[in-house]
Amino acid sequence: MALDSKIPQGPIADKWTNYKNHIDLVNPANKRNIDVIVVGTGLAGGSAAATLAELGYNVKAFCFQDSPRRAHSIAAQGGINAAKNYQGDGDSTYRLFYDTVKGGDYRSREANVYRLAEVSANIIDQCVAQGVPFAREYGGLLDNRSFGGVLVSRTFYAAGQTGQQLLLGAYSAMNRQIGRGKIKMYNRHEMLDVVKVDGKARGIITRNLINGEIERHSAHAVVLGTGGYGNVFFLSTNAMGSNVTAAWKAHKRGAYFANPCYTQIHPTCIPVSGDHQSKLTLMSESLRNDGRIWVPKNMDDVKAIREGRLKPTEIAEDNRDYYLERRYPAFGNLVPRDVASRAAKERCDAGYGVNATGEAVYLDFASAIQRYGKEQAHIKGLNENDAALIKSLGQEVVKTKYGNLFQMYEKIVDQDPYNTPMMIYPAVHYTMGGVWVDYNLMTTVPGLYCIGEANFSDHGANRLGASALMQGLADGYFVLPYTIGDYLSDDIRTGPISTDTKEFEEAEKEVKEKIKFFITNEGKHSVDYFHKRLGKIMWNKVGMSRNVKGLTEAIAEIKALREQFWKEVSVPGSSDELNEELAKAGRVADFLELGELFAKDALNREESCGGHFREDSVELDGEQKGEALRNDKDFAYVSAWEYKGEPSDAVLHKEELEFNDIELKQRSYK
Amino acid sequence: MNLTLKIWRQKNANDKGKMVDYKISDVSPDMSFLEMLDVLNEQLINSGDEPVAFDHDCREGICGMCSLYINGEAHGPDRGVTTCQLHMRMFKDGDTIYIEPFRAKAFPVIKDLVVDRSAFDRIQHAGGFISVNTSGNTIDANAIPVNKEDADEAFSAATCIGCGACVASCKNSSAMLFVGAKVSQFALLPQGKVEATDRVLNMVKQMDDEGFGNCTNTGACEVECPKGISLENIARMNREYLTASLKG
Repeated sequence: MALDSKIPQGPIADKWTNYKNHIDLVNPANKRNIDVIVVGTGLAGGSAAATLAELGYNVKAFCFQDSPRRAHSIAAQGGINAAKNYQGDGDSTYRLFYDTVKGGDYRSREANVYRLAEVSANIIDQCVAQGVPFAREYGGLLDNRSFGGVLVSRTFYAAGQTGQQLLLGAYSAMNRQIGRGKIKMYNRHEMLDVVKVDGKARGIITRNLINGEIERHSAHAVVLGTGGYGNVFFLSTNAMGSNVTAAWKAHKRGAYFANPCYTQIHPTCIPVSGDHQSKLTLMSESLRNDGRIWVPKNMDDVKAIREGRLKPTEIAEDNRDYYLERRYPAFGNLVPRDVASRAAKERCDAGYGVNATGEAVYLDFASAIQRYGKEQAHIKGLNENDAALIKSLGQEVVKTKYGNLFQMYEKIVDQDPYNTPMMIYPAVHYTMGGVWVDYNLMTTVPGLYCIGEANFSDHGANRLGASALMQGLADGYFVLPYTIGDYLSDDIRTGPISTDTKEFEEAEKEVKEKIKFFITNEGKHSVDYFHKRLGKIMWNKVGMSRNVKGLTEAIAEIKALREQFWKEVSVPGSSDELNEELAKAGRVADFLELGELFAKDALNREESCGGHFREDSVELDGEQKGEALRNDKDFAYVSAWEYKGEPSDAVLHKEELEFNDIELKQRSYK
Repeated sequence: MNLTLKIWRQKNANDKGKMVDYKISDVSPDMSFLEMLDVLNEQLINSGDEPVAFDHDCREGICGMCSLYINGEAHGPDRGVTTCQLHMRMFKDGDTIYIEPFRAKAFPVIKDLVVDRSAFDRIQHAGGFISVNTSGNTIDANAIPVNKEDADEAFSAATCIGCGACVASCKNSSAMLFVGAKVSQFALLPQGKVEATDRVLNMVKQMDDEGFGNCTNTGACEVECPKGISLENIARMNREYLTASLKG
């Protein structure tokens, strides 16, 4: 099947408006006869469910957690971008569009990104109307901060809990519709398959996680807002339950999976402390507004620190290497995430890591505390030379900006970041790849939509900070509600979809057989045993730095691990009760397939772009020596993989990317 | 560290349930409490026993999914943290730790340490929102300035994670802190004033219907709240409720 991205004709700035003017609509009376399933209740799924219900469709929403409010969007910290230009610092729709395409290393679809930038301002208006308490200035207007990879302040925030506040906004919009009976909410339900009837997505199979019941649910269209697949690495900043299963089942039913190798390794996370580690904790990128990243210049100091003979605060300024400021003077500590992560790895690989494992760098707030302290002393007319006073005033300012993050750090590491620099190291955080969708956010299966992090569309090979929240809400509040209507306008005479058909029966049977296998298999290893081993392969060979040898080995190792899993996995308990091990087994089975496709995609893409860094594709000389080298001639395409059984049999389809409004350039942050 | 764990085991909602003893060794002080339970579960699975069921997801203190009543305190002995952020350095070698579910009439046990907190969702369905549609035509976000103190206070109230520690800590199993936080968030913002009367009446009615108890001002909820939600929110809700009742 040839890929058709269905990008509307016309100049980029007019595409979305023209599109909306010409789509088919469904009248309000007919909407009452149309059902839509939404899986996932994060920013994308939650906002879509609420908006579709407001429009009049009958929505069934599903989440595996005990409440829609628990979706992992809740953990997003730093903020949400919007081209409001409230600061008057030169921001515009075009500039947000440009920054996002450039930040994504020219591997995203121009028309989608422009639309995202275009609706971004509306998101802020909508959220404020819902009562989302964004940070404000003393004049009562909204405050902004800066994020990596851009030269303007366009990020709206609510302390370090922006995701929480936005998700609770979407959750409140959902609650209003649940109260009206327009959304039927299914908590603690996990989607285990998509059901197709006559080639169209017409329903899903779910498992009730409390009593184990397998249920059939039908609808005229199915929307997946099920998040990313970072947990294929076992250790990531994702929630424990975050998984690829919904997206992967869609893939197996005919939805192409795009750019699986594009993964964001976030530069500022708390380093791993031991083998017991179950997840990694992010320290928001917003900290790079005020924190300076460094390692010691001298190896003697590194040794002394590791042995506990020296404290970081005792190292003189001249003996510190602020390597981001040194290498990238224009953007300094605010380079994009992929660049910052690789730079940290480069220093640690060279032996300058500052913790026991050698995998940590410092993020230091001492300068910011001084700067803010002096500013406050000046405003309040206090003594600007009183060091203790300056420090305490400065700490107060830092506390109001990042208090919850500092507290989180202290609880985990048992060190006080107000008085000693934080230790950080990169960790898997976000997946730019995902289910392939066209301009309508529809997958290659008619009637099956995919929104938010679960799709591949807007961030190219690297996502800029504060853009995930923007995309999730844009898709759910402002894009999907239009595009799905155009599709559903053909369904006004269809009537209810029966679940009493052979398609539903077959899908249900397959699901039940797999569950029975897990429960009856007398294996000798727990699910986590396999998940941890998969994670190690992924991190070591398909992680921050990739090469042909490692990728080839990874593909073979994952395949072997998968075979072992199906022989030796052990799942305790029964299938008709709350059984977390059983739920995990199904998720890890899918990760074991995705992992191999991920490595295969990374092997295919013989260039470095964004989060995908190939050691055989770097600049060899000149000012950019050692930096990632893209290959636009051969690789300016989206890799969309078609399922054919084993991941090794997956067939590659290319969506060539056309750049009409932005010139392809090397990304320079120097 | 070597520890003795006394854990509530209950097969399902109908089972009577009982405390069961477990030994666990080589616990690192850098582990989180839930990572310690992961290790216990791995041991149980490898020896053919059923692992202990407990709720958890984000493991960074924000999703509100984790719970647990540890040594008689919701989220354990540390302050300002959820169970997932509680670290084993808070305990000593040789300690015995009691681990129970959050107990309240409105939070029935599903299995072991997992409870049903959907009553909280139903209270939100009754009025925890501002009725505004996603039209894309709302007024500009900066059209209504909001006093910074009010905005900050609304934010503080809105940081409630809906974990239910307040209910579990209260001798009356009252949900006043949870409901008060939501009522306060909207009462403090101009956008929320339009529906203020209906909101507080409907949410309080639903809270009572769910079987939560009354507030007798002991303040245990505020102490155990992992997000430091203030009792001030209960006072504000009472004022809102009184005003609304007089109007209604």
